[in-house]
Amino acid sequence: MIKLGVPSKGRLMEKTFQWFEKRGITLSRTGSDREYAGAVDGIDGVSLVLLSAGETPRELAAGRIHLGVTGTDLIHEKLPLWEQQVEPMAEMGFGHADLVLAVPQGWIDVDLTDDLDAAAAAFRGTHGFRLRIATKYHRLVRDFLREAGVADYALVDSQGATEGTVANETAEAIADITSSGETLRANHLKILSDGLILASQATLWRSRVAEVTDADRAVLATLLDRLGAD
Amino acid sequence: MTQARQRAHALRDSFVAAGAQAVEPPILQSADLLLDLYGEDIRARAYVTSDALRGEQMLRPDFTVPVVQMHMSNGAEPARYTYAGEVFRRQEEDPDRANEFLQVGYEVFDRTDPAAADAEVFALIADAISTLSLRAATGDIGVLMAAVDGLDTSERRKAALRRHIWRPRRFRALLDRFSGRSDVPETRAALLAGEAQTDAPLTGLRSQAEIDARIAALHADAAEPHLSGAQMDSLDALLNVRETLPFALAQMHTLCVDLPAIRPAVKRVDARAEALSARGVDVDNLEFEASFGRTSMEYYDGFVFGFYAEQRPDLPPIASGGRYDALTRRLGSGQEIPAVGAVIRPGLLVELEATP
Repeated sequence: MIKLGVPSKGRLMEKTFQWFEKRGITLSRTGSDREYAGAVDGIDGVSLVLLSAGETPRELAAGRIHLGVTGTDLIHEKLPLWEQQVEPMAEMGFGHADLVLAVPQGWIDVDLTDDLDAAAAAFRGTHGFRLRIATKYHRLVRDFLREAGVADYALVDSQGATEGTVANETAEAIADITSSGETLRANHLKILSDGLILASQATLWRSRVAEVTDADRAVLATLLDRLGAD
Repeated sequence: MTQARQRAHALRDSFVAAGAQAVEPPILQSADLLLDLYGEDIRARAYVTSDALRGEQMLRPDFTVPVVQMHMSNGAEPARYTYAGEVFRRQEEDPDRANEFLQVGYEVFDRTDPAAADAEVFALIADAISTLSLRAATGDIGVLMAAVDGLDTSERRKAALRRHIWRPRRFRALLDRFSGRSDVPETRAALLAGEAQTDAPLTGLRSQAEIDARIAALHADAAEPHLSGAQMDSLDALLNVRETLPFALAQMHTLCVDLPAIRPAVKRVDARAEALSARGVDVDNLEFEASFGRTSMEYYDGFVFGFYAEQRPDLPPIASGGRYDALTRRLGSGQEIPAVGAVIRPGLLVELEATP
């Protein structure tokens, strides 16, 4: 049996269902609204696993699901060496979100990571601690800042309402996912001109490590062919 | 006991016989201190754990910091220390690299004769790994720092360059900007022309005064003349020095004409070469690379060296070390002492010895 992991709720689930529907495969939730069980119609040998998008990378990497739908951002953040564990099969054209580095709009002297580095050096001198950047994407942000040559910063963990941390003075800058930038603007933040860390969208991934029988392999080939993702 | 551990203990015993005191720093280190020294990058290299009482702790990524701390708080002078034990390195990119391995080290805190101390550490380590034929690479971060200090430019620019000596790409980008080889970014030009405005309220801890100070600094920088082409050429020539030690010294002495500020640092390399020679090191065939050590740990600020297995380019250095005077200043709360040290990885030693 081929196991397909899809987002268990919300717009991401609806969009995923529509994407498969357009390709002749009907996904549906079964039972009550609260029960996380699902069905696949239009192809035999595929079962549906409803997952939180955040857990999908781990399930793919462990080989507990063969295919999974989740954002590029989550795969890159949660799976080091992701290329060895999963393969992107299709970009699905929704769930667009960019991981960006943003600072207060009032910082008219900061537009590039180069400026941020200089501001961070001065900030540390003035305040005695490193300029704090709030994020939940620690690995991606750290790698990005190392590449950009930014020093004298510290990452502070923020699992939600990250845009608010600057006004609350628990961070000086943030790195977070944005789709329209509206929340950033509402919180008087601006994206650095070279501050795009990752452009993410909902993507169908194949696990490179999940076990497949000969029968599974045939089903997988048919399914990917139908999805136009082979 | 594994072979690597037996070897580690034997090496430590030999260092004790050479006059060092054996020490056993704790495995758990204060995360605050390591973060303060290395910045956020240390989180990519060290394992972090925590408890409610002591907060964040790191599994020691090396011994140098705890040994320096220990010496600065209660060590007598001069001092020589040795240790053997595990260090822990988080691995996110290369699954073949060990995340836990043994290190044996030798650290010297002695202000009488730094060149002799450099030579002592190098010769002792070279001797301890002489069962293998490894390639030794050496360098001196102090020469680079002196070259930056001696540039004919503002203190602000020098500070920016010094801060990024260990980030070669960023260092290069700064040099290109200061010498006018790269264009002023559009937004920077607009800011300098007074065209950057915002109606948004200023949020957060960074104040308007700090923003104004940076804009003033940018104006001052824009008004400064470019670093001259001649200085850039000399600096490039210095960064490209890569020769056996006598030829490298000859080149650096020639460069002293255009970069007179490096003369004292080059003289220290002279003195070290003599001290190494006196210890029986074949300096005529010893490699010296001016840029060596720029991508390693930030605390080295003088002599740096590493020993590599040429037939195994996949392996990290089998032994490495250097001088870290500035670290003793950072951890010494007002005190400082010249210090130099090195570590060997006995696990790699045993592995390579077993390879025909």
